[in-house]
Amino acid sequence: MAEQILTVDRLVKDFGQERAVDDVSFALVPGRSLAIVGESGSGKTTIARMIVGLERPTAGTIIACGHDRSAPARTAAERRRRGAEVQMVFQDPYTSLDPRQSARHAIAEIVDLHGTERNSAERTARVEELLGLVGLDQRQADTIPRRLSGGQRQRVAIARALAAEPQVLILDESVAALDVSIQAQVLNLLMDIRDATGVSYVLISHDLAVVRQLTDTAIVLLRGRVVEHGPTATILDDPQHEYTRRLRASVPGPGWSPSTRTARFETT
Amino acid sequence: MSLLELEDVLVRLPVGNQLRPVLRGVDLRLEQGEALGLVGESGSGKSMTARAIDRLLPPGATLQGSIRFDGADVMGLRGNALRRYRSDVAMIFQDPRAHVNPVRRIGDFMTEAVVAHGALSRRDASARAVELLDAVHIDDPIKRLRQFPHELSGGMLQRVMIAAALMGSPRLLLADEPTTALDVTTQADVMAIVDELRRERGLAMIFITHDLELAAAVCDRTAVMYAGQIVEINRSRRVETAPLHPYTSALLRARPRVDASIHRLDAIPGQPLSAFDAPDAACSFADRCPHAINECRTAAPAIVEIAGGASRCIRSSLIAAASEPSDG
Repeated sequence: MAEQILTVDRLVKDFGQERAVDDVSFALVPGRSLAIVGESGSGKTTIARMIVGLERPTAGTIIACGHDRSAPARTAAERRRRGAEVQMVFQDPYTSLDPRQSARHAIAEIVDLHGTERNSAERTARVEELLGLVGLDQRQADTIPRRLSGGQRQRVAIARALAAEPQVLILDESVAALDVSIQAQVLNLLMDIRDATGVSYVLISHDLAVVRQLTDTAIVLLRGRVVEHGPTATILDDPQHEYTRRLRASVPGPGWSPSTRTARFETT
Repeated sequence: MSLLELEDVLVRLPVGNQLRPVLRGVDLRLEQGEALGLVGESGSGKSMTARAIDRLLPPGATLQGSIRFDGADVMGLRGNALRRYRSDVAMIFQDPRAHVNPVRRIGDFMTEAVVAHGALSRRDASARAVELLDAVHIDDPIKRLRQFPHELSGGMLQRVMIAAALMGSPRLLLADEPTTALDVTTQADVMAIVDELRRERGLAMIFITHDLELAAAVCDRTAVMYAGQIVEINRSRRVETAPLHPYTSALLRARPRVDASIHRLDAIPGQPLSAFDAPDAACSFADRCPHAINECRTAAPAIVEIAGGASRCIRSSLIAAASEPSDG
């Protein structure tokens, strides 16, 4: 078995009486991508937040790049090292970027903090390289987020996350808010970046077509528990769990008609 | 006579000290009981079309052209006629929580309008609300009437909104991305309910969405909008399987697929153009279009009837010949 870049083992998260994440385990090898599929309340974003250190697990372990990160970082150096291991891109780039900071400045800030470049000429070259990698031109690079389109803002957020040279990039519904024609551009970009850098993705999504396009393996979550786990293609072509079958049957396509006949999982 | 007719509708919004177009000559016809999908990306004008029909345009907006409902000029309606129009046309929105008063009970919210208009007594209105909640598959409707919006999940609240929209016995439902904020399985539920109610009641619907396949699944015809214009309209199945306009076909090809991963998605280059920035004397899609020729950049194409529908492209006949429908 190849060396694992991210291992999540028996992860549990309680919020008061509610168990949001219940005994979730998965592993990721370098250069491969994993999808966490689920609907609202399934716990998928909570798992991502625990991996990047925004929430503290109730139980279980998270190991990234050989380092345990189940407990909060104790030192600034450790926090920085964790930042260079795993980065995250959020759904809405408008709220995750500083509204007063140009794209170039937002990326340069992370290069200065995490980059291995020694002098300012090298750092400037690295910023240019990242801008080129995500396809932003010079005019867009000097523009504040408000004057960029949604797709361009998401490119800035991706470049900023890549500036830390992470081994794992968590994409939390990162293409969900984009228009179809722009979503295809960003998905192609993410595939190119994976080929160029060898980064691994953890894609959090409810969109099964996006999951199919970007990932090799997938876990399906229902109320915090993994109900199905396996190669993405197998799960989507031949879903075994009743809930996965229902998810798959809810995707519109030629010949599809909506139906309420399938079992109900929402009980509120 | 059609239930709803839009003729050359041009809407301008004030930006700074000038008026800029958001709809540029929209023509639509909707028959009694018919469902029409209105599909487009952000800024294409699909929501603005619904707002123009519902007379909910932003302050300062100007409208040229005509909107007729049952033969009557909608923009000229006043007093009782306008009130009747408001109950004939109901709207459901994307985010139910933004359109419900969080401190009022579901029952008050649902019955307020019909009681205020004197259409029903309070008791009859409550009975009708219970009946409609049952029709949208909400269990224990009597209990729900006493609950507050925060006690219901998003999917359930959207079903309440649909029930509320039907309180005034409308003839036209304007549904503006009613399932976009919902989970996929909830979306399938809500769409099935809308579809069932609409057919039972002979209700016409304009269903606005960015999801062409969803629109095609529940609507008889689908119209595709780009930069404030309708660029293609046809039977849904035809739009989905054999599109006539290059934008529609590019949209369909750009989508990732659930049944196969694609080596490289056929992305549409460039950015969607807003109606604000659309050229007067050229096709607004020309810069992103793989079929564009010189003529596309020197004159704005008219919408022409072809293959049972219409397309705003001078090369439609070529594209139609190349993409014969799979089932005729």
